[in-house]
Parts: sequence; C-alpha cells; structure tokens
Amino acid sequence: MAAATDNLIAGATGDWEIVIGLEVHAQVNSKAKLFSGASTEFGGAPNSHVSLVDAAMPGMLPVINRECVAQAVRTGLGLNAQINLRSTFDRKNYFYPDLPQGYQISQLYHPIVGEGEIEIDVDGDAKSIGIERLHLEQDAGKSIHDMHPDYSYVDLNRSGVALMEIVSKPDMRSAKEAQAYVTKVRTILRYLDTCDGDMEKGNMRADVNVSVRKPGDELGTRCEIKNVNSIRFIGQAIEIEARRQIDIIEDGGKIDQETRLYDPRAGETRSMRSKEEAHDYRYFPDPDLLPLEFDQAYVDDLKTGLPELPDEKRARFMADMGLSVYDASVLVVDKDNADYFEAVAAGRDGKMSANWVINELFGRLNKEGLEVEQSPVSAAQLGELIDLISSDTISGKIAKDVFEIVWSEGGAPAAIVEERGLKQVTDTGAIEAAVDEVVAANPDQVKKAIDNPKLAGWFVGQVMKATGGKANPQAVQAIVKAKLGL
Amino acid sequence: MEVDETTVRRIARLARIEVTDEEAASLKGELSGILQWVEQLEEVNTDNVEPMTRVVPIALKQRDDVVTDGEKVEDVIANAPMSEDNFYVVPTVIE
Repeated sequence: MAAATDNLIAGATGDWEIVIGLEVHAQVNSKAKLFSGASTEFGGAPNSHVSLVDAAMPGMLPVINRECVAQAVRTGLGLNAQINLRSTFDRKNYFYPDLPQGYQISQLYHPIVGEGEIEIDVDGDAKSIGIERLHLEQDAGKSIHDMHPDYSYVDLNRSGVALMEIVSKPDMRSAKEAQAYVTKVRTILRYLDTCDGDMEKGNMRADVNVSVRKPGDELGTRCEIKNVNSIRFIGQAIEIEARRQIDIIEDGGKIDQETRLYDPRAGETRSMRSKEEAHDYRYFPDPDLLPLEFDQAYVDDLKTGLPELPDEKRARFMADMGLSVYDASVLVVDKDNADYFEAVAAGRDGKMSANWVINELFGRLNKEGLEVEQSPVSAAQLGELIDLISSDTISGKIAKDVFEIVWSEGGAPAAIVEERGLKQVTDTGAIEAAVDEVVAANPDQVKKAIDNPKLAGWFVGQVMKATGGKANPQAVQAIVKAKLGL
Repeated sequence: MEVDETTVRRIARLARIEVTDEEAASLKGELSGILQWVEQLEEVNTDNVEPMTRVVPIALKQRDDVVTDGEKVEDVIANAPMSEDNFYVVPTVIE
C-alpha cells in the first residue's frame, strides 16, 4: 500500500482520509442481447432492436447468449480474478417504465467472477486495487423526459443488452486513484475487446461510493454517487462529495447513507431522495434460468486466446525495445496507440520510434483533437521518415518539416525529400565552402570566437541557415572548429 | 411469523397491487398462514444439502451470438395504451 499521508485532506478538526469503492457498469461487446436474439447496435430507430423477450411479453423465456458468458470470463481473467465454474441468476425487483419485466436479471448470490486485483499507477507509484466481483446483468431501456410536459417516452432498444458490473474493494484513497483505477479497467476491457469503453455513449459508467474518516478510524457512512459518465467527473464528484461529508461531520452532523447524483454544472452532488421503499429489491433466484456451469477446460481455453494485456505489453516495450517506464506507460494506455507504435517501431530503433510517436505524432493529434485512427500520417509514412533520419539522409530538424508536409499534404517522405531537395549535405567540400563564406563575412565574430570558443555555435547556426538546414550538423561543427582553429 | 397489516400494505405497494381494507385483513391471515408453513419446513435439517435447481440433470441452454430477432416494432407496441413515433408513452416519471 502506498503511503496515505499524501492523500489526506485538511479539515477544521484535523486531517481526513477519503475511502472510495467503485462499481463500473460495462456494456458487453456482443452482437445480440444477453437473453434474446435482438441486436445490440447503438442508435437504432425507437423500439426496433427489441424482441418480445426484451419487451417482457407474457410467456417469453430468456435463453443466455454464450458469447456474453465468454466475454465475462475473459474480463475476469483480465482482472486476475477467480472464475466461478458455477454461477446463478437472480431477479432484482423494482418498477420503472423502462424495465418492462418489473425486475432486472442479475447475479447477486453467486456471480460468475469473484475476487481479483489490478495494479494502478499514480504519479509513478504502483498500487494494487482489489476487485470484489464481476457479475452479468441486463441493461434497462431508456426513458426520455423532455419530449412532452406530461409524458415520458420509452425506448427499449437497450433493454436486455448485457452488462458486466465490476465491483472494486474500497481500496482507493483519492480522486486520482479512483481515476487511475477506472482508466486501467477501461484499458483492460478495450484490450480484451469485451467492452468498447465508450463513456460518452454510456457504454461504460460508474457508481462511486465515497466515505470519509479520520486516519485509522473505522469506515465512515458512505454515499453512492450514481451513473457518473466520465473520468473527469468521477474525480470532481469524489472531491466535492468528500468535502460535503467532512463539512457535515465537523458541524456536528451525521452522514445519511443514500444515493446521490453529481451535477457537473452546479458543481455539487444532490440527494436522489426517493420513496423509502425504493431500495427494497426483494432479490430471489430467477426460476427461468438454470445455474450457469462450465468446466476449467473451458476457462483455460479462453485464457489461451487472450491478447497481450497492457501490463505485459509495457514490460515488453521496456525489456525488448529499451523504452523508459514513462514512454512505455503512455504508449500502452490505448491499444490503438500501442498498435500504431509497434507498426512504426517494427525493424527500427524503439526509443527513436517512441520519441516520434509520442512527441511529434501524439502531440500533433492532441492539438487537433484527433484519435490515432484518424491520423493523417500513417505508421508506414512515419516509419519511412524515421528511416531517412537513421540513414543520415535528412537531419532531425528537416524531418520535422517533412512530418508537417506529410501531415498536411500527404505523400511518401522519401519522395518529398527527393523532390524538394531536402537531402542532408554531407559533402565536406560544400560545407567547407559555406563555412568559409560565413567566416569571411564576419571578421569581428571570428575575433570574438577565438577569445570565447563558445561562440563557435553562432557560426554553426549561420552555416545551417545558409544551407537551409540541410547540412549535417555534426559535420558543420567539426569544420567550424577546424577553420577557427579552436 | 405473524404478518401485520402494515406489512401487507407495504408488500402490496411494492408489487403495485391495489388492496382494499377488507382484502388487507384477509391477506394478513393468508400470508401469515403461508409463512407459518414455511417455518414448519425450516425444521428440516438441510445442512450440506445442495439447493435443488432441477429434477432431471439438464444444463442451462445457451444461444449463439447471432441476431435472430427484433425489427418488429409494430408487434412490440401493439398493446401499448399510448404510443407515438414507435415510442411507448407513459405518464411522466421523472424523479
């Protein structure tokens, strides 16, 4: 465990510690729903991706989608968790118009995945966060409240789509740790291809449990902030909620265990105080579904098929390609970024490739608000550019110009260099001539440079300018020194 | 276990079933009777007995991940008391 002292927040009565646990709801990547053959595709016309099972018509029975089961097992393996060879489904009962069954099929008593753990990294410190469980459940439909003053409109396209609820242990002690945890879970899900992690579309969302205590005390009463849909908001909601709880306790009040909502515009969390009976879910085993059972061979088989996960990839980038922890960490956060880097680095210098991908390409993509898949510069183009530097055909400085040209106009770097005459001048005769010219034109500077050899750099700069940046800088430096007799 | 009328009302409310005073009184007796019978069952020692989920050894039926259903919005909303543009329309439920 990392030292908690950095994470304490000051109150009027001393320092406080925040305790955070998270429930992440992740939509399973599958073509059909968890218990019906209707499509999971996003954005269909209202009630088009709905079977009579999803609409809970009388007599309809659920039949489980085997791919959703496999996806849950893969995710469990990715979270280094216990896979339960036998799990069962339960009904969570409540009334809401977008829940036509009157209950959600979930797994309360025997979830498909048990305890696990993942490693997060906050400001260079590694910390292990426990996973409590992962279970499969159905998503509800969608209610739209702003189409009519007196009525709500209900679309059941999402009804019955498979979700994985991933419950952490209350192991996080700061907003930053919670954000790092959600980021890591998202990265793992995306590597596994078990959830697309798209928080904007609501395909991944989190319920955040927050409580505060004096360091060393028992756990305080927690509040659950529902449905937070961005990593930034998760951080804000935690800090605001912790401060609210501290203020109440320090004013002599008591925290009520309740469900709250984060309002990013108002910058506050609000009670979702509903009828006191709303949380009596009366869970019981779903009599429509037999226990879900499989053998260890099935699990082992899925394990064999898992892709390389971010932690392994990072270790490989460091060991085989000589990357720093920082560079390797940046590259593996997103699988598409890592794939792009690997395509560039194939058969090339790893560090140099990482520099170009992280500093030039990612820097530029960030500036334009683009994802790596939208990059105007392909991995092949960037690789070719790096080859031109490695072969001393162009200098690093000219390479940046060529990068700009490829970015805005496209084309093959080698051809661009050829056509525009950007090749590095390594011919000593030509460089000597350029140095002679600069020396002859600046007798005062020559005198100063002889007294103060540091001024040789000025001559190098002048020669580079005169040659349009095409002269080999090392060659220029050597010749300048020789000519000035330094 | 005796069920009192408050409990009857609470259960009825959770199940969204309207219950008259007369019905509540009679349900109180019926529910108490059912619970007493369950209490009787609890006298049987079930330590180390697996809960029975099926009488014949069958496995949970599973389906391939193929879209085979949906695209039948007329059927889906056919019985809705109110609908518009293929949405179900219900009295406002915002919290």
